[in-house]
Order: sequence, then structure tokens, then C-alpha cells
Amino acid sequence: MAPLVGVLALQGDFEAHRKALERAGARAVEVRTAADLEQLDGLIIPGGESSTMLKLLDLEGLVQPLQEFGKQKPIFGTCAGAILLAREVLNPHQPSLGLMDLTVERNAYGRQIDSRIATIDVQGKPAEAVFIRAPIIRRVGPNAKVLAEYRGDPVMVEEGKHLVATFHPELSAGDRIHREFVERLGK
Amino acid sequence: MNFQSDQFRVNVGLAEMLKGGVIMDVVNADHARIAQEAGAAAVMALERVPSDIRKEGGVARMSQIAIIRDIIKAVSIPVMAKVRIGHFMEARILEVLGVDYIDESEVLTPADEEHHIDKRGFKVPFVCGARNLGEALRRIAEGAAMIRTKGEAGSGNIVEAVRHIRTIVKEMKQLTVLGKEELVHESKNLQAPLELVQYVAEHGKLPVPNFSAGGIATPADAALVMQLGAEAVFVGSGIFKSSDPEKRAKAIVKAATYYRDPVKLLEASEELGEAMPGLDIAKLPEGELLQTRGW
Repeated sequence: MAPLVGVLALQGDFEAHRKALERAGARAVEVRTAADLEQLDGLIIPGGESSTMLKLLDLEGLVQPLQEFGKQKPIFGTCAGAILLAREVLNPHQPSLGLMDLTVERNAYGRQIDSRIATIDVQGKPAEAVFIRAPIIRRVGPNAKVLAEYRGDPVMVEEGKHLVATFHPELSAGDRIHREFVERLGK
Repeated sequence: MNFQSDQFRVNVGLAEMLKGGVIMDVVNADHARIAQEAGAAAVMALERVPSDIRKEGGVARMSQIAIIRDIIKAVSIPVMAKVRIGHFMEARILEVLGVDYIDESEVLTPADEEHHIDKRGFKVPFVCGARNLGEALRRIAEGAAMIRTKGEAGSGNIVEAVRHIRTIVKEMKQLTVLGKEELVHESKNLQAPLELVQYVAEHGKLPVPNFSAGGIATPADAALVMQLGAEAVFVGSGIFKSSDPEKRAKAIVKAATYYRDPVKLLEASEELGEAMPGLDIAKLPEGELLQTRGW
């Protein structure tokens, strides 16, 4: 049976992730409550506004359930999702789930007029990277592996089970990056 | 319109990031901070909230630059700002200022009674209002990267927002069952480019996100328009003209996420205080309607 992947659907582009997961051969469900986390093989935290998601995580008591989930199962965070997974967040300082030893600076390329689509190298193969008011990963911990860089900064990083990208693979046509995440589930 | 251009894709991309969220009207940095603290996905800077524009009359223009700058400094979420319909110079100024989205809005006094802005020549993305599918597709043809149904701004009455989202959703559904030759005819009826009519017929949705605005005053209102097909909501006077803006803002944020969950909506609706006063739209003189601005 294809792996069952949740997409945190509090706010943001969760629908684009759901479709990308289906292209990559997974079954996808939206997650809005702690009960929705049961049975999942992995979770995606999508792009959107990290400050909005934090409010809702807090309001609905989801911080601890997500931290527990992250101890057992892989999580993939894109853009705002990467911000929520990081240990330290800058510009401004804000709380996070702290599941990966990273320091991430929000809106680090500037405003929307600085958003862009670039071609990056992901482990030896070119990939499209859609950056939207994107953060920059300013520090990676000693156990992290940088999978892709853009202009000298890490933009895709794995640490243990978890994966983050500061760009939006869900807004690109292919399914390669989602497939990579789906393939690591259940291992 | 080239939907595949990088510029258009990143502009639609930001609208994708706002889905499931609430975009709140603010007139100063204090409002903006309250909105962000409550969980707004973005704020919309304007000179006066729509219900005040209605009351005070006069010409409503783009906000003062100093105020927009203060708002940009005060929050980390995207900042949108309104320009008058057809006023491409207000838009050029806001683009240079660095706002994240421009709303070419019927809430302000139109600057051009025939033409909207040619939005394709801008880097900054635009959102425009629409009451029906033809209007939405004309705005997209001009380069809008997000549509919001107009409703009736500043009324505190959801009836027009419901009418407009229902109209657009129904008109889109109807296109999906038509033959190719019928689409040519529909393009004429809708007064919209055939290419866009064909896109909607094939996909059953607009090529850009479709949000709802104009009359949302309660968590239940927000959930209602989202159930009807809106992908996010704009709230104007509904928050800062209520008795407890912080609480109401939080409650509407919660409602936009849990719009299918009546138990969560009940929680969001408890102890909210007074909603903004509402207007009976049927009793408004035609000349006072904001939704009929735009062509």
C-alpha cells in the first residue's frame, strides 16, 4: 500500500502539496487536529505564513503532538514549514517546533518583488526552485546534510529523518523532490 | 496572458501561500500589529475602512506613504495596499515602496471609469474584485494574479459576498459541460478572452486563487463563503468596527481554518461581543453601492 502522508492544513498551500504527493505516488490527507496525525507515515508542513500557523498550533494545542510525531516519523517542511521545524528563527525571533538543528532567517531575500524562480543543483541534477518571500538557512547543525544550495546558502537540508526546503517544490510541475521524501517513509 | 512566465507564477505563488488565511484591513501600524498577533495571513493598508468611507464620503485614495511604511516596518507578514481603479501611478508608487500585493479596489473612488490598470507591466502582483465570471476573467486577462469576489464592502452584510461567490462558482461549473463551439459563444457572452474561458472549462476553476471579500463580519460568515468555494477571506470593517477587534480577529482566523467543523466554529463564536452594525443592501440607493464600480 502507498504510504499515507499528512499535510498540515492550518493555512497555506496545503492543496498544492496534496496534489504533488499524489503525483509522487503517496496517499495524502489534510491534518488539522492531533487526532489526524494517527496512522500517518509522514507529514508535510507547507508554505504559508509561519506566524499564522504558530497561532493556530498554539490555539489548538498542536505543538506537543507535532513534536512527539517528529520523534517517530519523518517531516518535510517547505518555506514556512522549514521555519517551523528550525531550532532558531530570526527576523523576528519567534517560537518553533525545534525538530532540526537549524537557524532560519525569515523573508531574507526581501519582499514579494524579490521572489523568483531559479534553477538549482540538487545532488548533481538540475531542479526548478520557486522562492516566495523565502527564508535563508543561516546555520546548519553538525549532523545536517546540505542537499542543495542557491547563491552559497543551503536551500535544501536533511537531518536525521527530517527534510526542509526554503523553496516550493509543490509549485513546480515535477514530483522528484516529493518522491524523494515519500521514498524515505517507513524505512 | 502568459501563465507560464516566471513573474506570473511567483505572483500567483504568493496568493497560494495565503490560502486558508484571513487578510485584514488596517489603517495604521497599531491595527497591523493587532492583526498579525491574531494570526492574519496578510494585512491590507487603506486610508479608511470601508464603513467609514461610506459614512464620511469624499474621495478615497491610496493611503499615505508614511503610514504604509510604518505598517511594513511593524509586521513580518505580507503587506497589501489599495489603489483606485485605473490609477496606474498610485500602483507604480506602491511597487517602488515594496508592498507585496496591490488591490485595485472598488472601495476607493475610481480614477478611470473605463479602464483598469494594465497589470501585466508590473512586477508586483495585483488582486482585483469581481461579481461574476466575466469580470474575473477580464481582470485576469489584464494580469491580476488573484481574484476576490466583491461582496458589498463596509456593509457588514454577507448577502452580496454569497451572491458573488455562488455566481462565479455556478458559471464555472456550467462551462465544464459545454462543447468547444459553445465556448466560443460563451466567450462572447462573458466578454472574456476565449483562452481563459477554455481554461475554466477544462479545469473547473480560475487560473488564479479565488478569495472572498465584502461583508464578512463573523466567524460563521467566513466559514460560509469558504464552504461555498472561497479559498481565503478578506475582512475589512468587520474586525476594527466590532466591540472587541482582537478577539474577533482571532475567531475569524480560526474559522477560516476549521470552516468545515461546526464544533470548532461554535468555539470561535463564543463571547465575541458586538459585531459591526450591518446595512440592509436592498435599502441602499444604487449610487451608494461600491460593487458596481469596475467594468
